[in-house]
Amino acid sequence: MAKTFDVTKHVLVPKHTKLSEKERTELFEKYVIELQNLPRIAKNDPVIQSLDVKEGDIVKISRKSATAGETVFYRRVSA
Amino acid sequence: MVHKDLAEFEDKLPLKLLQEIEELAPAAKLKKIAKKVLEEYEAAKIDAGEAVGLVSAESIGEPGTQMTLNTFHFAGVAEMNVTMGLPRIIEILDGRKSIKTPNMEIYLKSPYNKGKDIREIALRVKETSLGDVAKEFSLNIGDLTIDVVLDEATVKLVDATFDEIAKAVEKGLTGVSVKRSGNVLTLKLKEKDETKGLNELYRVKERAKDVYVKGVKGVTQVLPVKRQEEFIIITAGSNLKKVFELDFVDTDRTVTNDIHEIRDLFGIEAARQAIIDELFKVIETQGLNVDIRHIMLVADTMTAGGEIKGITRYGVVSEKASVLARASFETPIKHVINASLKGEVDKLNSVVENVMLNQTGPLGTGLPRLVAKREE
Repeated sequence: MAKTFDVTKHVLVPKHTKLSEKERTELFEKYVIELQNLPRIAKNDPVIQSLDVKEGDIVKISRKSATAGETVFYRRVSA
Repeated sequence: MVHKDLAEFEDKLPLKLLQEIEELAPAAKLKKIAKKVLEEYEAAKIDAGEAVGLVSAESIGEPGTQMTLNTFHFAGVAEMNVTMGLPRIIEILDGRKSIKTPNMEIYLKSPYNKGKDIREIALRVKETSLGDVAKEFSLNIGDLTIDVVLDEATVKLVDATFDEIAKAVEKGLTGVSVKRSGNVLTLKLKEKDETKGLNELYRVKERAKDVYVKGVKGVTQVLPVKRQEEFIIITAGSNLKKVFELDFVDTDRTVTNDIHEIRDLFGIEAARQAIIDELFKVIETQGLNVDIRHIMLVADTMTAGGEIKGITRYGVVSEKASVLARASFETPIKHVINASLKGEVDKLNSVVENVMLNQTGPLGTGLPRLVAKREE
């Protein structure tokens, strides 16, 4: 009976993508940060279930922004 | 994508500005104008070390003093009671788990949103209890049974069948057996206790009225509303998960005002957006003017940990590294005592604790540090 729905298609949900190893190092170098400095996203977050991520991975989020059109945000996957 | 002349500015200027340049500037001068815009943009950017949190706090706090304490009103819609004004702001910022007036805006899929039979569709969303579909409850004192006469028209209206109702009552009402003949349900007490039988029977009758039979649990009120070209359903009470199981609901646009429900169903990023939307909605309907960037900063702070944390001593503030910073918010004695028991060290890395000690904190001109290389 339970109908499934696609979380990623909802109006409130921005696009989430997993960061590759190369993009990861580029990100750390660009902003001079470490993994610990990034905001977190829970491992059980419904949106990243289909992304095949594990703890310590970085998720790139392309938000629709009222002020900038589109902004990029990063979160690290945490337990 | 943007024009090729603007390609080099793509990671330097925000998308919205690039689109505006492309739209408004003559094609030949794109590059020149973009360069000028970039200059202005860099100059307008906030400086490193600026106390943005403080500015945000003041910018939201000051208009907050002018907000009404009124919990009535719902913009444009009569009959629906929604928390607005300061109480709602506090509710959101505290990250409350249970909110005063949860409500949903249910969007419908294409053939259903035209307005035909909208009332019937709305009724299918509403929680229906046995009392709503029954015409009559009659007690049979001799047999200790209750006959519930169902109203056929109402049952049809909520898209239920007699069998379905009988099953739901059996499941929802403990201590009775349910038998059905036609549109009459006979509830019989399972335990035969002659002495308190009658009292029990009365109690069961009262309980039976509230037994859930059909619809979405938690939805106490439904209101079809026309929004632009389509009809949507506004509800009092929120239960997105169950609403999404209905086949006529547009699962891509339907939202609730319960940010925790959004976090559980759509993830932390959706919750962030919901916090911004909800806060901005309140501020806007109060006729106040707060820059959305301040609200974005608050929402980012609340969701930085992967789950929603309120701006309370149990939420965001409890995460602060500094003992003094935590103590300066609320319950100072508790924090100081606990810290001394644990032997916590305050590195004085942040602003509040430095202000308390009357020394320069790491903001503004106090941010840069001198780094020297020591001779071996």
